[in-house]
Amino acid sequence: MDPLHDSAVAIAAAVHRGETTAADIAETVIPHVARIDAQVDAYLQLTPELMRAHARRVDARVAAGERPPLAGVPVAIKDNMCLDGTRTTAGSKILGNFVAPYTATAVQRLLDAGALPIGKTNLDEFAMGSSGENSAFKMTRNPYDLERVPGGSSAGSAAAVGAFAATLSLGSDTGGSIREPAAFCNVVGFKPTYGRVSRYGLIAFASSLDQIGPFARSVEDAALAYDVIAGKDPLDATSVDRPAEPTAVALPRDLRGVRVGIVKEFDTSGLASSIDACYRSAYDELAALGAELVEVSLPTAKYGLATYYLIAPAECSSNLARFDGVRYGLRVDGADVGEMYERTRAAGFGPEVKRRILIGTYALSSGYYDAYYVKAQKARTRIAEDFARAFERCDVIASPAASSPAFGFNAKSDPVAMYLMDYYTIPVSLAGLPSLSVPCGAVVPEGGSSPMPMGLQLASPLFTERALLGYAHAYEQATRHAEKLHPVTAVTR
Amino acid sequence: MIEERTGTISDPTRARYEAVIGIECHVELKTVSKMFCGCPNVFGSPPNTNVCPVCLALPGALPVPNAKAIEAIVRAGLAFGAAIPEHAKFDRKNYFYPDMPKNYQISQYDMPLTVGGVVRYWLEDGTRGECRLTRIHLEEDTGKSSHASADGRLAGATSSLVDFNRAGVPLMECVGEPDLRSAEEAVAFLESLARTFRELGVSDVKMEEGSLRCDANVSVRLRGATEYGTKAEIKNMNSFRSARRAIESEIERQIAVLESGGRVIQETRGWDEAAGVTHSQRSKEEAHDYRYFPDPDLVPLDSPPAAVETVRATLVETPYDRYVRYVDRFGIASKQATQLVDDGALSGWFDRAANASGQALAAANFVLGDLSRLANESGTPVADGKVTPAALAELVQLTQSKAIGSSAAKQVLEILWAEGGSAKTIVEREGLAQVSDRGAVAVLVAEVLAANPKVVADYRGGKTNVLGFLTGAVMKASRGKANPSLAQELLREHLDQK
Repeated sequence: MDPLHDSAVAIAAAVHRGETTAADIAETVIPHVARIDAQVDAYLQLTPELMRAHARRVDARVAAGERPPLAGVPVAIKDNMCLDGTRTTAGSKILGNFVAPYTATAVQRLLDAGALPIGKTNLDEFAMGSSGENSAFKMTRNPYDLERVPGGSSAGSAAAVGAFAATLSLGSDTGGSIREPAAFCNVVGFKPTYGRVSRYGLIAFASSLDQIGPFARSVEDAALAYDVIAGKDPLDATSVDRPAEPTAVALPRDLRGVRVGIVKEFDTSGLASSIDACYRSAYDELAALGAELVEVSLPTAKYGLATYYLIAPAECSSNLARFDGVRYGLRVDGADVGEMYERTRAAGFGPEVKRRILIGTYALSSGYYDAYYVKAQKARTRIAEDFARAFERCDVIASPAASSPAFGFNAKSDPVAMYLMDYYTIPVSLAGLPSLSVPCGAVVPEGGSSPMPMGLQLASPLFTERALLGYAHAYEQATRHAEKLHPVTAVTR
Repeated sequence: MIEERTGTISDPTRARYEAVIGIECHVELKTVSKMFCGCPNVFGSPPNTNVCPVCLALPGALPVPNAKAIEAIVRAGLAFGAAIPEHAKFDRKNYFYPDMPKNYQISQYDMPLTVGGVVRYWLEDGTRGECRLTRIHLEEDTGKSSHASADGRLAGATSSLVDFNRAGVPLMECVGEPDLRSAEEAVAFLESLARTFRELGVSDVKMEEGSLRCDANVSVRLRGATEYGTKAEIKNMNSFRSARRAIESEIERQIAVLESGGRVIQETRGWDEAAGVTHSQRSKEEAHDYRYFPDPDLVPLDSPPAAVETVRATLVETPYDRYVRYVDRFGIASKQATQLVDDGALSGWFDRAANASGQALAAANFVLGDLSRLANESGTPVADGKVTPAALAELVQLTQSKAIGSSAAKQVLEILWAEGGSAKTIVEREGLAQVSDRGAVAVLVAEVLAANPKVVADYRGGKTNVLGFLTGAVMKASRGKANPSLAQELLREHLDQK
């Protein structure tokens, strides 16, 4: 068993069988991750002592006869999730010195399941961004081309798994922040139905959209992690109280009888021909597995971006008001409390965060509220209705996860160009649907020399995670696209 | 009392104007835990000890509503006859303030838990009135700032400290319609609210602990006018007394402004308790834009009709209804009825005694007279004492049937207070039954007349008021047992025979 390259399923099984111990895994993983991360910069913080402490605990539990489902599995946590006693920054200077005094529910469930925390991963500040470049601390590099971005906002969590510097990781997805970096980093990224996974301890960006989900190198591993973190949490009033059936069992091998919707409005013929070819070939692969491809229409999906960039900033403008220098985090003194607020927030927030706070404050302002916020909520309802109608004709919708492979640093200086990266993922987020990105091939990007990974987005009706993971598993097992690429960080599968 | 009136407005001028007052008050709910977290809801703990990630608004913390607080608001609404909409929601009210950890308050904007209702109240003189409620909604309290300056105010402070123990305490906001026409009515409205909340057990309503805080919207207009005048919102009234003074002072100020040809401006004014005046704090132009929007961390609040009926079934008589029962059915004077209503335990005890005796008014006189005196002297409330409602009922019946006299009744009550037991048994044991036998009382009357020849002469000389003295002497001779009216009748018979 190779704890650096094997699946979470295999690692946990080996620990259960006593073939290895969590302590041994930790000692193998700690120096390995440090070496890889020197090139990738996926982590903001490594937590080797915490990892060792958890390893000891896991070994004691296994010795006592327990079989924790993630026993000894090395995991990375996006740094917008609280982990008791560790610095939790959300990628922002305003929380540069904040040490969380409690642990997020999803993180706690991973740890309770026997996972070993490697560290906290880099992200776009407050999860606002699609490249990782909005982090206040460092630029995470794409493990498949170090001169390219890993995608965002869950930049480090995607890069760490893609670089074999973590077996699993947790990310958060508001408009595509799991699926887009998963596509860029050749991994599976899964955003469950809104409300499936507790948000307690996840530093809020846009509360009605934020959802935690796993990154993994296989659908089966993602399903295993999802099974651990999903479920009602009494500490999150929006977490749904319906049984989350286990998904990591009896995954199907083909797609016979499955109707796959191809969205008319998401036609890829306008994209670069290599990208268009990649997605067409992915759809053909689905059909080859027995799926029936049906054209569906999402006429309001084109309003997704505009809708999202009203609702998400509106919620963020309120969610981020608590970062005021009064109780924790950065404080820059001023002559009075008002000036202290202004200086603290001016120094603590980066430009993209400020932009969204301004947009959101404006959208909620008296006189504009109906025209912007209320209208956006109506559009959101229409988009969700479009999906519901489409699902009358299909079981799952397939589309690009992103409109291009990973791009170079500083390639998207225009914020709208950056926002467009999430064109396919945002409507799905607005509808709250479960959705994932699974590797579907590679494309040599414009100006690049080596092929970069591409991701296929699959989205299914609310609460149909089990079916969704099944379709993705069948596709992944039949195509094995991820295995055809190797990270440049000198690790092979 | 410093000054109740500023004295600048003459009474005839004052009489030409009518005040229009609407009250908004915030009442802290008496729940075990806070509104959106599990921290204890208690007053007086050391600063920042009843806090957690949620009420400190740490990154990532989320609110979960307290179901008991929601039920308390529904109970309060139902007690005033409010409608409970099937759908309500929480909204965020956004503004920055250091003692508000999230820099937004979770409140209710356009879909409150209760809508409408009427608060019925009575004035000291027994006049009754009513004021419609706009709504009652649920929100959370803020922390408390204290400022390191000479006078404890923010101005000139070198630093400020915040105690978040109160942050997140459930707060009920009651908004009244502008149906009140005087400071007295406003206070009576507040008192009625407070009595009802106490009776329902939803709040202690302790103004000194800040568990009831109120603002008043005050305007004046010429009597007979149909349009409202421009209103000012008065804040910082920390007791019923200060509410009365503040509103009265504001009415006078506005009349003075209008009388001098000026115009009242819409603004927020703070009541200065020491100076006895209101000061301008903020004009409408500077009003906040709170950017209300539905709180995405919370799900809509549903009150299914069946659940509302379950709560309604637990409601008991309101203090107002009790007051009306005491006054209208029992014939108790307004002041005494108020005394009873204001002491929930006493009033319950009284109701049992009144029922058992069938003589509510007489029972009330005992309860508020000798029994309350005994209770005050001993420091033990009536309801906790040894006198049972049944024993008092017996005593009332013995008195009403003239089986014992009033001074004997007093003695019996004192023994009951000390020992408990039955009034009848004590009367028999102590031989306190009233003597109504004409022959026996006539003997005593003859003795008294013989012993007081001078007084008898005075009476016959026209000073008939000495009859009281002579009656007293007969009562004394009987050790209080003689029937006093019989004694008086017999005395008169003798004295009026020339």
